[in-house]
Amino acid sequence: MTTAPPDHSPPPPPLPPGTAGVVAVSKRFGAVRALGGVTLDFPAGQVTALMGENGAGKSTLLKILTGDHRPTEGHLHLDGRRLDLRSPADAHAAGIRIIPQEPEIIPHVTVAENVYAGALPRRAGRLLDRAELRRRTTADLERLGFAGVLDPDLLGSQLTPAQRQLVEILRALTGEAKVIAFDEPTSSLSEQEVEALFALIRRLRADGVAVVYVSHRMKEIFQLADRIAVLRDGELAGVQDAAATDEGALVRLMVGRDLSAVFTRARVATDRVVLEVKGLTTDHVRDIDLTVRAGEVVGLAGLIGAGRSELALALAGDLPIRSGTAMLNGKPLGGNPGRAIRAGLGLAPEERKAQALFLHRSIRDNTSVAVLERLRRFRFVRRGAEKQLAREYTERLRVRTPSIEHEVRKLSGGNQQKVVLARWLARKPEVLILDEPTRGIDVGAKAEIYRIVADLAEQGVALLVISSELPELLGLADRIVVMQGGRTTGELDRADATEEAVLHLAMADDLTPRHPSPGATS
Amino acid sequence: MTALTSPPARGSALPSLIARLGAQHLSLIGALVAVLAVFGTLNDNYLSLDNLQVIAEAATITGLLAVVQTVVIICGGLDISVGSQAGVASVVSAMAFTSTGSHAYAGIAAAVAVGLLIGLLNGVVIVHGRVNPTIATLAGLAAYKGLAQLLSDGRAQGYVLGDPVFVFLGRGKIAGLPVMVWLLVLVALAVHVLLARTDLGRNLYAIGGNDTAARLAGININKYLIAVYGLIGAVAALAGILLTARTGSGQPTSGSEGLELKAITAAALGGCALKGGKGGVGGTLLAVALLGCLENGLTVQGINSFWQNVAQGALLVVAVVVQQRRSGERAVGLPA
Repeated sequence: MTTAPPDHSPPPPPLPPGTAGVVAVSKRFGAVRALGGVTLDFPAGQVTALMGENGAGKSTLLKILTGDHRPTEGHLHLDGRRLDLRSPADAHAAGIRIIPQEPEIIPHVTVAENVYAGALPRRAGRLLDRAELRRRTTADLERLGFAGVLDPDLLGSQLTPAQRQLVEILRALTGEAKVIAFDEPTSSLSEQEVEALFALIRRLRADGVAVVYVSHRMKEIFQLADRIAVLRDGELAGVQDAAATDEGALVRLMVGRDLSAVFTRARVATDRVVLEVKGLTTDHVRDIDLTVRAGEVVGLAGLIGAGRSELALALAGDLPIRSGTAMLNGKPLGGNPGRAIRAGLGLAPEERKAQALFLHRSIRDNTSVAVLERLRRFRFVRRGAEKQLAREYTERLRVRTPSIEHEVRKLSGGNQQKVVLARWLARKPEVLILDEPTRGIDVGAKAEIYRIVADLAEQGVALLVISSELPELLGLADRIVVMQGGRTTGELDRADATEEAVLHLAMADDLTPRHPSPGATS
Repeated sequence: MTALTSPPARGSALPSLIARLGAQHLSLIGALVAVLAVFGTLNDNYLSLDNLQVIAEAATITGLLAVVQTVVIICGGLDISVGSQAGVASVVSAMAFTSTGSHAYAGIAAAVAVGLLIGLLNGVVIVHGRVNPTIATLAGLAAYKGLAQLLSDGRAQGYVLGDPVFVFLGRGKIAGLPVMVWLLVLVALAVHVLLARTDLGRNLYAIGGNDTAARLAGININKYLIAVYGLIGAVAALAGILLTARTGSGQPTSGSEGLELKAITAAALGGCALKGGKGGVGGTLLAVALLGCLENGLTVQGINSFWQNVAQGALLVVAVVVQQRRSGERAVGLPA
């Protein structure tokens, strides 16, 4: 039996059976605290929405609920009993289900086999009982009111995004489901599909299921949720009755952060436009207009999936441009990365280990890779000049390492990021795009990265900085462009940019028609 | 600016030599010494100059293929069609020699041109056809062998040992060393310089180490990969020409079958990571020497050649298992 913490002065009303929750749950990954002492109930027969900025701890909380992570401190409870989940299978057995944002569908088998994968009905020993499998799936579909929507004999690869989601829901409902968590379920659904999904969720609620609903979309949350829990920096910022709150109050809860420690810099931007993007459309973003001037730092804000990284990769020549133009000092970008680099653009990508670093090579190799053509005589690399260059930038960026011959995989995240920056600084770019430059690095290294950005701006480099940490963007940027669903939804000058204003633009459902952008991951 | 790195301490020569060679090379040298000692004790003639020369000549053709295999493995690919390519080149060199009225250089040029074309075809199929390198060159292994058999009607072609150029290539010596061995030394040195000293080599390591990062750093990956397969074709053709010069005629299959296994085994034993990004010519050459000495020793001792096949297969697997253990990859599902 669980008891509420002592500081809850009015005793909470008795919770209906089937209620789940977490008590004082914390989760640390090494030195990073992802979740700190969250106590939250998910009452049976209610929809509890979970909101928060990127990195606020929503995913971590979901993963604890579904047995993917074990909490560092605290515990879960379900139906009045304490739960100790050691694996996702434990969570499933206890009746906890999650509908992931990207449904996991096996492409070459039928819907029915997808639903019952791992628990296929058998006859005569190990033979698959196809008739029973089909009967069960048809019965499930009828029970949920989706009999006409999904044919159990379709192959996984033939399904629309909504049908894929439905398969995940059917999966979740096999056995006795007490708690069902939806992780941003509407991000790839059309308007009608969203309505059907909501009807289903309301039915689950009426059946007494505890529904957890993670979303950034204010409109949906007010349509659906009974209660809204807001996480901020790994802590519970508040729980509100949906009927008694509004969008503004929720945004304030999400933001309310101490801004005093944030870096600020003086404006040094010139009037000379270096990067000019007009009507740029790719497979992930559409109609992007953007200018960056010499010495200016433009911040690109938006939620995960808004298309920011895809825009960066398109400018860097790595994703094809379908229409519109991107010019750097009048030279067109696009085609291939080599062309963008020669035009004067550098990109420090989002995933530095996967996209930027040669982990088993030295700092020297990693620094010189984009400037070898300037370091060679005939085809031979001038090794003295190369070492000198690597030393110069290693020192200027204060990379902490015993030697420039040190393998990059042995460095800390912050020092690895500095090596990526060293590579582009050595190239002396006119435009530098930094995608999540401080993700996963410690506070000290963050401050050094901010210093480097400020220095580069003073040297007249045009900088485009993508970050999910709003205080960081507000401190660094002269101007903030906000993206949502592959489009820009607004632009804020430094003077007008507040976290609230940015979040309104990043979440604004009503400003633009929804354009699902499958595959967008930034 | 101040130096962040101090120059390596100039202490006694041995430790610095060991550090320069690295564990991989040292264990290969150790194994080589052990093999020489064991067979030298068992058989007095094993360490004779004549036998060592036999070993060197036999290892030359494998060595050429192993050196270029090293290059393609470093950039993350593989070529199992090298033996069949050498077979085609061997046949072409002899047939072109005969049909041009005994022009040795015409035979050599034709073989190298055909080898280059086959190599470029491999590269284009892999890069632009998006075919996994193992599958593409497995197809090549069969198709090029068939091509050699079609061209030659399955028989040895021509007779080249009346020609001084082929005799010089197959039997000649310079400064006491066989010409064949000199050719291997030349090719190995050129490839070593390419890999270790030029920007091209750096970019090959970069492509094998992290192809996304290489692409985003502005390296034209496709161009490099196709060029590497072209290089393999040209060097495999050289191996085929030497095969013709050794045996006196163009050989569609005998002499070239199974060379891909030896070349890949040598590269893996020599320290090339099959995932790419790591390896070098030095280790590969040591492994070629080790394999050559082992094979000759077993033959001299009269061990059934069927067992030698078993031993070779086992060596390749062991080399890769050791490599994977060291990299600490999790044992879940299919290896990366």
